[in-house]
Amino acid sequence: MHRREWVYGWLFLTPALVFLFAFTHYPAFNTILGSFFSTPKGRKPAEFIGLENYRDLVADEVFWKVLTNNFWFALGTIPISVALALLMALWVNGRLRGTTLSRVAFFAPTVLPLIAVANIWMFFYTPGFGLIDQFRSGLFGLPAINLLGNPDTVLGAVIVVAIWKEAGFFMIFYLAALQSIPPVLREAADIEGASSFYYLRRVLFPLLMPTTLFVSINAVINSFRLVDHIFVMTDGGPDNASSLLLFYIYEVAFKYWQTGYAATLTVVMLVLLSILAIGQFFLFDRKVHYQ
Amino acid sequence: MTCFGKRYAMAAAAATVFTIGTASSALAVELEFYFPVAVGGAAADTIEELTEQYMAENPDVEIDAVYAGSYQETVTKALTAARGGKPPQLSVILSVDMFTLIDEDVIMPFDDLVETDEDQAWLESFYPAFMENSQTGGKTYGIPFQRSTPVLYWNKDAFAEAGLDPETPPATWEEMIEMGKKLVVKDDQGNVQRWGVRIPSSGFPYWLFQGLTTQNDVILANSDGNETSFDDPKVIESLQYLVDLSQKHEIMAPGIIEWGATPKAFFEGQTAMMWTSTGNLTNVRDNAPFDFGVGMLPANVRRGAPTGGGNFFIFNDADDEQKAAAFDFVQWITEPEQSATWTIATGYVAPRPDTWETTTMQAYTSDFPAALVARDQLEHAVAELSTHENQRVTTLFNDALAAAITGTKSPAEALAEAQQKADAILEDYR
Repeated sequence: MHRREWVYGWLFLTPALVFLFAFTHYPAFNTILGSFFSTPKGRKPAEFIGLENYRDLVADEVFWKVLTNNFWFALGTIPISVALALLMALWVNGRLRGTTLSRVAFFAPTVLPLIAVANIWMFFYTPGFGLIDQFRSGLFGLPAINLLGNPDTVLGAVIVVAIWKEAGFFMIFYLAALQSIPPVLREAADIEGASSFYYLRRVLFPLLMPTTLFVSINAVINSFRLVDHIFVMTDGGPDNASSLLLFYIYEVAFKYWQTGYAATLTVVMLVLLSILAIGQFFLFDRKVHYQ
Repeated sequence: MTCFGKRYAMAAAAATVFTIGTASSALAVELEFYFPVAVGGAAADTIEELTEQYMAENPDVEIDAVYAGSYQETVTKALTAARGGKPPQLSVILSVDMFTLIDEDVIMPFDDLVETDEDQAWLESFYPAFMENSQTGGKTYGIPFQRSTPVLYWNKDAFAEAGLDPETPPATWEEMIEMGKKLVVKDDQGNVQRWGVRIPSSGFPYWLFQGLTTQNDVILANSDGNETSFDDPKVIESLQYLVDLSQKHEIMAPGIIEWGATPKAFFEGQTAMMWTSTGNLTNVRDNAPFDFGVGMLPANVRRGAPTGGGNFFIFNDADDEQKAAAFDFVQWITEPEQSATWTIATGYVAPRPDTWETTTMQAYTSDFPAALVARDQLEHAVAELSTHENQRVTTLFNDALAAAITGTKSPAEALAEAQQKADAILEDYR
């Protein structure tokens, strides 16, 4: 009986493994392979061209612009949405009146589809009669501002929408973690005379590290994944000012139909994400205390 | 009959009726039809009504009209479906994607479906301006359907307020600047409440820009679709004019201007003149809270405008019955009566001269002469920019225009780069 248990182990794993291989490993392998071939055109099949696609990639200035944009997008969304999520969770953690309403309000952006809210945000940003300009001209008498039509501000505008969308989702995880912290710690801190801020910094935050690790990995994935609103709001922005890597991959693959080059771009994204994920685990490893 | 026998008989009867019912629908030819909508108004509803009408008149054909989004989304959907092995049988797609569709080997020429002399006469009955983007290599690949040219809409009340004659739109580039300056309204703090003119530049700035280049007497690409002239001095001049409208003369808002919000901005009085498709005509007529005029785009060296809009394409991965049914549907929907319904519901230009001669259209245009502007402008119209790998070349041209409009690059610099990149792509097709 003892010897047969490993069979059951593998049998239980099989469904999950099948999905993992079919939808993750096999496509990834196919993509890496595809990046060494040219794009099939009409009747001409794909030919092996070695590193040609990668040479085109290095010479492509749109790719470098897009990568830079993604870097700023990540820098803008990850720290701010994680910090905001923690703040919102701390705020609604208590049992004050109105916390349920606040929790619903903070979580609402998560349940709304990004394409739908992107259309609403586009109205907010519309110069002249959009909501933001109505505030600006109505309350402050400022001129109309074209946030989406200006390459200097468009990336910022897009980042705001992304933060708005994901902060509520992360808040839920922090809220759950906060609820599981034993109240004795707070009482002990009060007896010892520790300030709220000291408690937050030296007790709460370290204990929340597992959640922070989880949330920041999600935030990193989202910084590559959340491109839906770009389709609706800017279509890559004035001269690729708001184009992100995944958006560019979509354009190359399904607008230009250059499947070989798109595979190359995808390989770059895979490598980047792998490095970031592994890096994060190593970075956090020493700081995370699991109970 | 016993109780059991009665139930058995009823069940048998029901089964027979059910089988006959499904058998007859199994004999119907099924067509999937993708269509885009690029303008405001009730275009999607009208397409669905027309499709229902056709099915009522032809009970053995079933057409599933699928709204496929914008032109860009529609061609992506159609090509994705084709690559996945399940293409639609017919689709309305942007006329300039013709070369791409041919290169991907998904469409067939209409000449192959022409059997009678009547069919041939029908094939030749469209305005030549619309056929420029529909034919190549001596064959017709697209049939004009929702075709347009951009036109100038102006707010007559605003004109009167500014001391201009409300019945006369600007006829030249200089007049547009002069009138634009008089039409700009600022509030006490110096913020602009109403701009003089609005030429949208989001999404596909090349289309309206082609108006400017045609008026400056220069063509952007050859008819074989393998050579562009983006860095021609006249093109640079045209782009400089566009950029100067906001930067030098301050009659247009700076930065990229949203296409979709343009009619609304016009209705809200945010702009006194706007350049947009004639396909927005019915939308403007229904929603403008003031008297408005519609005129041809102003001239520089000459009057000019690009044609635009979508053609019908029939996909070659369909069986003969489906192709015949699709061909019949395309012929029916371009008949004067249906074409008139479509034009009146949207403002798109009816692509055949005989449609304009029907009593419906005569009555409509005598009541609403603005509908004739786009058609009359056809005389000055040129083919829309179309090349091989159209999406790639158009996108890099759009990027260059956006860079110049936002001031990131100078017009000469941006266009020189665009020409270089376009050459690199189109070399293979020469």
